This record gives sequence, C-alpha cells and structure tokens, in this order.
Amino acid sequence: MSTFAVVQLGVYLLVLVALAIPLGGYIARVLRGESLGPLRVLAPVERALYRVAGVRPEREMSALQYTAAVLLFSLVSALALYALQRLQAVVPLAPAGRDAVPPGVAFNTAVSFTTNTNWQAYGGETTMTPLTQMVGLTVQNFVSAAVGIAVLAAFVRGFARRAATGLGNFWADLVRVTLYVLLPLALVVALVLVATGVVQTLGDHATTTLLDGGGDRVIALGPVASQVAIKQLGTNGGGFFNVNSAHPLENPSAVAGFIELLAILLIPAALCFTFGRLVDDARQGVAVFLAMLAIFVPLTVGTIAAEEAGNPALAALAVDQGGSDLQGGGNLEGKEVRFGVAQSALWATATTAASNGSVDSMHDAYTPLGGLAPLWLIQLGEVVFGGVGSGLYGMLLFAVLAVFIAGLMVGRTPEYLGKKIEGFEIKMAVVALLVPAAATLLGAALAVTTPDAVAATSNPGPHGFSEILYAFSSAANNNGSAFAGLDASGDFYTVALGLAMLLGRYWVIVPVLAIAGRLAKKAPVPLSAGTLPTHTPLFIGLLVGVVLLLGALTFVPALALGPIAEHLTLP
Amino acid sequence: MTAHPRSTPAPASSLPPEPAAEPGVGWLATLRAAAVLLAAATVLCGLLYPLAVTGVAQLALPEQANGSLVTAADGRVVGSALVGQPFTAPGYFWGRPSATSPLPYDAAASAGSNLAASNPALAARAAARVGELRAADPEATGPVPADLVTTSASGLDPDISPAGALFQVTRVAHARGLDPARVKALVREHVEPPALGFLGDPRVNVLRLNLALDRLAGGPPAR
Repeated sequence: MSTFAVVQLGVYLLVLVALAIPLGGYIARVLRGESLGPLRVLAPVERALYRVAGVRPEREMSALQYTAAVLLFSLVSALALYALQRLQAVVPLAPAGRDAVPPGVAFNTAVSFTTNTNWQAYGGETTMTPLTQMVGLTVQNFVSAAVGIAVLAAFVRGFARRAATGLGNFWADLVRVTLYVLLPLALVVALVLVATGVVQTLGDHATTTLLDGGGDRVIALGPVASQVAIKQLGTNGGGFFNVNSAHPLENPSAVAGFIELLAILLIPAALCFTFGRLVDDARQGVAVFLAMLAIFVPLTVGTIAAEEAGNPALAALAVDQGGSDLQGGGNLEGKEVRFGVAQSALWATATTAASNGSVDSMHDAYTPLGGLAPLWLIQLGEVVFGGVGSGLYGMLLFAVLAVFIAGLMVGRTPEYLGKKIEGFEIKMAVVALLVPAAATLLGAALAVTTPDAVAATSNPGPHGFSEILYAFSSAANNNGSAFAGLDASGDFYTVALGLAMLLGRYWVIVPVLAIAGRLAKKAPVPLSAGTLPTHTPLFIGLLVGVVLLLGALTFVPALALGPIAEHLTLP
Repeated sequence: MTAHPRSTPAPASSLPPEPAAEPGVGWLATLRAAAVLLAAATVLCGLLYPLAVTGVAQLALPEQANGSLVTAADGRVVGSALVGQPFTAPGYFWGRPSATSPLPYDAAASAGSNLAASNPALAARAAARVGELRAADPEATGPVPADLVTTSASGLDPDISPAGALFQVTRVAHARGLDPARVKALVREHVEPPALGFLGDPRVNVLRLNLALDRLAGGPPAR
C-alpha cells in the first residue's frame, strides 16, 4: 500500500473517532430526552408535531406496540412513495417529457428507500423528477435512518432497564432523532458540500456549448447537495445522479470525497459510543467499536492494495499502471482521476461496511479481489458499522451469540450487560442473522436458474455470477450498492430484490424488538467471578471471530464461484 | 463536546422507577400518528430543508450551486469546470474515454462501463485506444498512462493525470505550431497536486488546460 494511502486511511480514522465520540454522547442525550443546548430552540416544533399527531411522547410502548408502530410507519411511507412515483408526471415541478415511474421500478424503489437500502433500479437524472427526489426520496433518507436509530434505542433500553415492560416511545424517538440529529447535521454537511462545488438549484439543467465543436449540450442539475448530505449521513446511499458520488457535480474533488466519506461512517461509529452511554458503561461501546474496526481496517488495506496493483489483463499492453509523481496509477477503469485508487478503494469498503451503498467508483470494474472485500463486508450482515442503528443492533445480536458460544464452552448460562441470555433470545438472534443470509443465497440461486435474470448480467464468466451475488447480498442486507453492469430494471429483479430488501429489514427488526421486550422484563444478574467480561480484548477477539466465522462458512462457497474463480482466470 | 457529565440529570445510581408500558392506543390512533408524522417529515425534510439549503447556497455560493459554469473569452458558456467534455481535435488535449451512451461525455446521462477486469472487451478497448493515441502521434512511443485508456466511473471525468497530459504534448504542439517546451510548461502550470498533500491523485483539468491553450495560441485549433 502506498504512503499516500496509509496517511489517508490513518487521518480518516483519526478524524472519524474525534467526531464520533462527542456525537455519540450527544445522540445519547437526544434518546434520553435530555436538554440539548442551543438546539432546544427546536423544542416548540417538537411539541407541535406531537400535538398534531396526537402523540404523548412520555407514553411507554411495549415491544409489541413499538413493533406495530415501526411497521405501520414504514408501510405508510412505502405506499406514499409508490404513489408519488406513479403520479410524478402530473404533479408540479415535473420537467417536460418525464413519465410516471413504471410499476415494477416504483415498487422496488419504494421498498428500497423505506428500508434504508437505496438500491436504485433507475438512473436518477433520467427517471425521477426533482420533486420526487426531494419530497419522496430525500424524506425517506431521513426517516428510514431515524427508524433504524429508534429501533436501536429500543433494543438498548431492553438491556439497560430492569424489570420493565416499556421500551420507550417510537414516535418520540423518530421525531427527536430527525429533528435534533439528522436535520442539523445534514444542513451543515450540505452547505459545506456546496462550497466544494456540489450543485444545489431548483433548475434541472444548464445548456452549454462544447469548446471543441459539436454544438450545445445539456448538463443535468438539481437540488443535489441537500440529498447527498443525508444520503451519506443516514447510510442511505441513493444518489441524485445515475453514477452516484462518482458524478463530478455530486462529488467534485477529493476534499469533497473525504467529507462525504466521513459522513458515511460518522453516525454508525458514533452510535457505538451512544450505546456505551445508554448502558452506563462506556467500555462496552468502545469494545464494539474496536471489534468493527478490527474487521474494517484489514479489509480496507486489502482492497487498496489489490486496486493499486492494477489490472493484470492490461499488463500485456503498453499501458503504464504504476504510481509516480505524475500519476496515481492502479486499476483506473471505473474510477475518477480526482479521487485516485486509494480514496476510491477506501470509499468502496466504507460504503459496504456501513450499509450506505453510495459509490465514487464502479465496483463492477474492480479487480476480482478488490471487489471481493466490499462484497464480503456486505455479506457479513452489515454489522461492521452497518446502517445507522441497524448496524449496531446487528452487531449486538452477534455479541449475544458470542456470549452464548462462550457460555457453551464453560457450561454456564450466558449473560450480556447483566442480562441472562436464554433460549428465546438465541433463537431470535439466529433467525435475525440467518434470514438475510438465506435470502442472499437462495435469491442468487433462483436468479442463476432463471434465463432472463442471467441475460441481465453484463460481464461474461464468473464475474456475471458475481454481479448476481452482489445484487442479492446488497438487497438482503440493505446496502444498496451494486455491480452496476447488471440490468436490474426488469420484472424479475425489481420484485425479487424488493422482497429481499423487505426480508433483510423487517425480519431483523421484529426479532430484535422481541428480544428487547424479553430482556427489559428481566432483573439483572449480579456480577460474579464466572461472568464473562464483555469489554476485554478477549471478548473483542471472540466477537470478531464469530462474525468472520459465520460470514466465511456461509459465503465462501459462493465467493469461490464468483470473485475467486475470476481471479484465477486472470493472467 | 461533553467529556464530563452534566450536573443536572440524576446520576445513574439513583435507580429511577422502571417504565411500564401503557395499554395500546388502537390502530386508528397509530395510523394517524404515522400519517401525520410522515406528512410533517415531508414538509420539514422534503421541502423546508432543501429549500433552505438552496436559498443559502444561491445567495452565498451562486457559482458552485449552479454548476461551476465556465465562460470563454467570447462570452459563450463552454461547460462546467467540474464536468468533462469530449475533445477530439489533435490541437486539444483529450480527456479519458467516456462510457456514456450514445454520446460520449453526456452530462444528462452519466454512466460507467462496468467492464470487469477479466472482461476481454476491456483489454480489446484499451488496445484500440493505445493504437489511436499512437496513430495520432507517432513520436509518442512510451507506455500510455492508464487513465488515458480506461473509462471513468461517471463518464464525465474532467481530469487526466499529469502523465496523461504530458503524453499528448508533442501531438498538441505540432497541431498548433507551438514550441513543445512551451506547451509542456503550460501543462505543468495546470497540475493540481493532491489536496493537503495526501487527498486524491495529481490531476490536470482538461477544459481549463484547453482554454489556456487557446489563449496561448491566440484561438481555437484549425479543424
């Protein structure tokens, strides 16, 4: 790995930690309903929202009530977004010639944005109107992220509370997270991005004359910065333009790229520290954060190294892929010169570790091993930082599994954060962890036996299979990035991937809240000499081991047929 | 921000009464809350937020907010400094190959090639591009910088590497009737190093370089 890349990764992680720790503390105050300093000016808005919605924020919800509220809110969101897309041609601000989104793509997109996936079976600047992007997609970028954080909050309350039946109030969590965390952060990030050159206008294009002849050309514009800020912060990832953050008006420089990269991991990293605060033991949050880092850093280093080495298939030609003072070098197909290989590869792992899914380079064109790491990071279940909220509750399910396995080794009833882990919790955790994995593998298997689905791939040989595997991994784990050569706009993929996204979101949320309800009712177990401490390097190692082992056992056979086979075919 | 706890909230050890769930409020009340809060989010996050960002951006940063458009000496808007455009005249520096379809560098429909590293079509396309560059300048016999034979992620990459620009100097200088040393110096003036020394790769903005070239040569190249 080049010195540039090492420095960039090091600075990135340092800045990330420096921002995530205070933000984590702040989010804990938001979730506890405490006073928020200068942002208390928004308190009248909060109270007004509760009043018109007929909500009493202090009303405690049971696990079942909380789940019902989450599901109903998501259903209403998906229906509204579907309707907006189908009607976009007849509502105001519609540019001429933009039609209604076809039903299959509209279903897929409605599910995709309400599940915080942001898989895009469409090209933003060619399919959606600016109004759809603003009041449809941008809104879900906020609230689907807030839903994730709310579910996390309820889950953590299950550990933190003693002999309780209430898990908090979903509406209050939703409103407070949106109002006090997501909106202020997005406002700041959006304006900083505009300063770097990201466009923000209500106009939809500019007409320019080409310098080298060839007449006039249209440059698509729009309210881009506001959507980009929240797509990064909320681990949504759905870009304004077709090529997402590779588009120069969505991500104009390596400085803009660095800011957007920070925004990808900022909230997922901060929530680890929020978790520590909420269970009144900061060390627990640090341990989970370090476990995530221990998986993230090696896979990032591997990806950067693979891409810096360049494409062996071009080595036979008189092409110079080496790095020097005059060029970054490396595998530049599908990458932008202003980012270079190092920032592109760092982005590829950050966006797949978090379930963000925005891209600043085309993962489809990565070297086989460079593309394997992002794919596997998704398949690990989006728990290495993961989606806002969803990543951490996923990782805590792995922690539950890890104490269970440790308990089996020594023959003791496992405990986590003072709560006894029993049969019900383990069953629910296993369901939540295996359903996305099953949806990935079974979906990919169904696709490769469906001629239309195979015909939609764009590359021959093992890489075509990788495109399919990536699509189902991305959908079932709510990531949203793609090996984008695959044409996913046909009926098979819009429906199958839509179902995979639904399973990957709600078949995890329901068991998570069920566990929370059971745990909250339990009285804490007093610490004893036999308690496995869950903040030590030993536990971090155990947690990392469980995540990697489950990920490897489940997916190595499929990966062998895709990226690994492709790697072996290269010269 | 808050490394030390505040004094006002009760300390954790004071064991507040544990919350108990209240009876449900019924489906209709839940549905009302969902619909009203989604509508409120639509107004706040879907209208007020983007409009606020647009307002501030248009007032404080109008150039960036509207696409960093570039006006040539004759007053024509010749593109965006951030968005690549096609150059094919031998007297201009060429950008990277573009995968947008059907027109290259179509800023209304961004796209990458998505060709896998193992796809024979990628190697074939790169070989053809090497041949094209060599044919345009028989003196350029060295290895071709990778950025000149690979398509970018967006199809709109505004930049090439400094090596990619230097590779084209003899062709451009011949076509323009300029001293190659002078053109090379122009390229060097337009190199943007990595930001802060470590962010991104060194690059040359093709549109800005070609505009400077037009100024140096006193006009556009003969076609």
